[in-house]
Amino acid sequence: MNMFRRLKVTMGAALAVGLASTLAVHADEQFFPLQSYRVGPYAAGGTGFFGGFIDYLNLINIRDGGVNGVKVTWDEGETQYEVERGVEVYERLKSRPGTAAWNPLSVGIAYAMIDRITKDRVPLITINHGRTDSTDGRVFPYVFPLLLNPYSETSGMVNYLASREGGRDKLKGKKIVVLYHGSPYGKETIPIYKLLADKYGFSLEQIEVPHPGNEQQSQWLSIRRAKPDYVVLRGWGVMNPVALKTAQKVGFPADHIIGNVWSNSEEDVIPAGDAAKGYIAITTQASGAEYPVLQQVIKAVYGANKGNLDDKKRIGSVYHNLGIVNGILNVEAIRTAQAKFGKRTLTGDEVRWGFEHLQLDPARVEALGAKGLFHSINVTWDNHEGDGRVTFQQWDGSKWKVVSDWIAPDWAFLRPIIEKSSTAYAKEHGIKIRASGEDPVSQ
Amino acid sequence: MFDYQFLIEVLIGGLLSGVMYSLVAIGFVLIYKTSGVLNFAQGAMLLFAALTFVSLVERGTPFVAALAATLAIMIALGIAVERTVLRPLVNQPPITLFMATLGLSYVIEGAAQLLWGTQVHGLDIGISDTPFEVAGVLISRLDLFAAAVAGGLVALFALFFRYTRTGLSFRAVADDQFAALAVGLRLPRVWGAVWAVAGIVALVGGLLWGARLGVQFSLSLVVLKALPVLVLGGFDSIAGAIVGGLLVGAIEKLAEVYVGPFFGGGIEVWAAYVVALGFLLIRPSGLFGQKLVERV
Repeated sequence: MNMFRRLKVTMGAALAVGLASTLAVHADEQFFPLQSYRVGPYAAGGTGFFGGFIDYLNLINIRDGGVNGVKVTWDEGETQYEVERGVEVYERLKSRPGTAAWNPLSVGIAYAMIDRITKDRVPLITINHGRTDSTDGRVFPYVFPLLLNPYSETSGMVNYLASREGGRDKLKGKKIVVLYHGSPYGKETIPIYKLLADKYGFSLEQIEVPHPGNEQQSQWLSIRRAKPDYVVLRGWGVMNPVALKTAQKVGFPADHIIGNVWSNSEEDVIPAGDAAKGYIAITTQASGAEYPVLQQVIKAVYGANKGNLDDKKRIGSVYHNLGIVNGILNVEAIRTAQAKFGKRTLTGDEVRWGFEHLQLDPARVEALGAKGLFHSINVTWDNHEGDGRVTFQQWDGSKWKVVSDWIAPDWAFLRPIIEKSSTAYAKEHGIKIRASGEDPVSQ
Repeated sequence: MFDYQFLIEVLIGGLLSGVMYSLVAIGFVLIYKTSGVLNFAQGAMLLFAALTFVSLVERGTPFVAALAATLAIMIALGIAVERTVLRPLVNQPPITLFMATLGLSYVIEGAAQLLWGTQVHGLDIGISDTPFEVAGVLISRLDLFAAAVAGGLVALFALFFRYTRTGLSFRAVADDQFAALAVGLRLPRVWGAVWAVAGIVALVGGLLWGARLGVQFSLSLVVLKALPVLVLGGFDSIAGAIVGGLLVGAIEKLAEVYVGPFFGGGIEVWAAYVVALGFLLIRPSGLFGQKLVERV
């Protein structure tokens, strides 16, 4: 063999190996584009959530070698929680092969992505937030407000108050004030609180706090005058600690303030200091690092110096655990889809199918090492929330302590309201409503 | 029957909140008065001061040492800003200087997070925020303390401007920069000193606002509370900052409680701006601001 021929063969072989390895990398990877926010006003929540999500993906790679051998990969784009930056990151990362799902943890960014992800056929996960009517998978095939939508949250909170009073009938005659953030997010539950007040006979006052909520003297003086039995805090960011501090100023007891799912983190109570002691908030995932899955993350991921949180004290915090649970749900959706489509890189549409068949009962949750961390989920093609249960935690001045059982929202009451809204959306946008899970998704 | 006691409670709460706005506004006034720059970075400086202090305390630095160290850092920051950003832009149009401080606010916010992290912190300055009752009206201890601090600060400034050489230089520069220059005052030195004082005011405001809201990124947003105060009180009057703050605080709270229900609530932020805009039309220089008279 002359020198040229030898060179050609060697180069050809090298090219073939390189090409094969490149193809193999793509064949064995499932990609998560992350629109994270690690700087800016909401960085505390962003670092916790995306840290937890990445920690769980790392655990899957380190402990299991991926999902059935398919490695999970990710790339981050900084959004600072701003919608335009979120869309920019979407456009930049959307063409990466093997994209599994989008998880922006931002109502604004999620809203801006609905049309885009539907066109691109990739799931959008809005765990614990997002449009309530996107629960209806008949109209929103690619959007998944997993575990809890805002209406379920409202119903769960009212059910908790009923349990504190000794039954739903005991709510009659009680007075509840809802203190809400002056934004579309804050206002979303106004009608459902009214409906629940009519249903159970409690009197209701809903008071707006203008964004950002760093001044609430007048609202809390009005609350003091109204003398409610409970105040529901539907806050965000700085509004939460200021609410707790101002409540203390007007002498309203913290243990009669019940926070919603975006008023339930350490970041909401620590700045309030002693004023937050006794405050109670709803959650879909308990905090703490005692759960086996968290212990595995500590051992396998942080033990290998691959942990995502700079401050290890934040492991097991509310946002970190939300990220862990979000990781579990995403990975299990891929596993579910792989059982149907094969153990390989899946398309976005195939992952959507996985989410639409994501059923984790308490036994499976326990097998995943998450017993007590979250209850269960049962997503179907038309119910994209998945009937998540909620629990309530009380802040003791240094940590959250669970103070209730797992509580189910009143889904039967909520579903017709959700369908009314989603049907109107479908009509307005010319969307064909799916009649079954096998119904192909129209564009 | 009209509840007068509630009215008084709302009014007192508003006035005490207004004092907190004044604390931020004073920082603006100091710099505007002497250099004609509207320092939009005052909120970011406030955040930087509070975050530095609380981070030092959390790392085991004693309270007083942390306070002294933060004070030194804020003075150094003020001087550095004047040297590196404002001085090279001398004689540029006001909008250029304003844009420079706007950019500066982003740089300081970013630097604060880079240096001290993104976590939120509680800040305990040793004043309990439990209320006490006077004739059925609840009054916040922290707000009263803040009012006393603001009063003390104004008194201190009054003495400083009246009896010290540097204070007299400030006044001379504020009255007429060219005349001050003509009599031998070194303008850059005065500007450096005033930025250092603005840093100190940011520290005081940062500690009090931090104790109220917690120390977190949104602390820098309190800058927005100062703008209607400045419009009402005048951009170049410390007395105006105090009176403007009291007015804005009272207007906000009274509007929210008594007018808000007619608009669905949540009006206090823009109610203050509505009043400020109206005032701007009648008296553009504010209640205590210097009227500009130009010879043409």
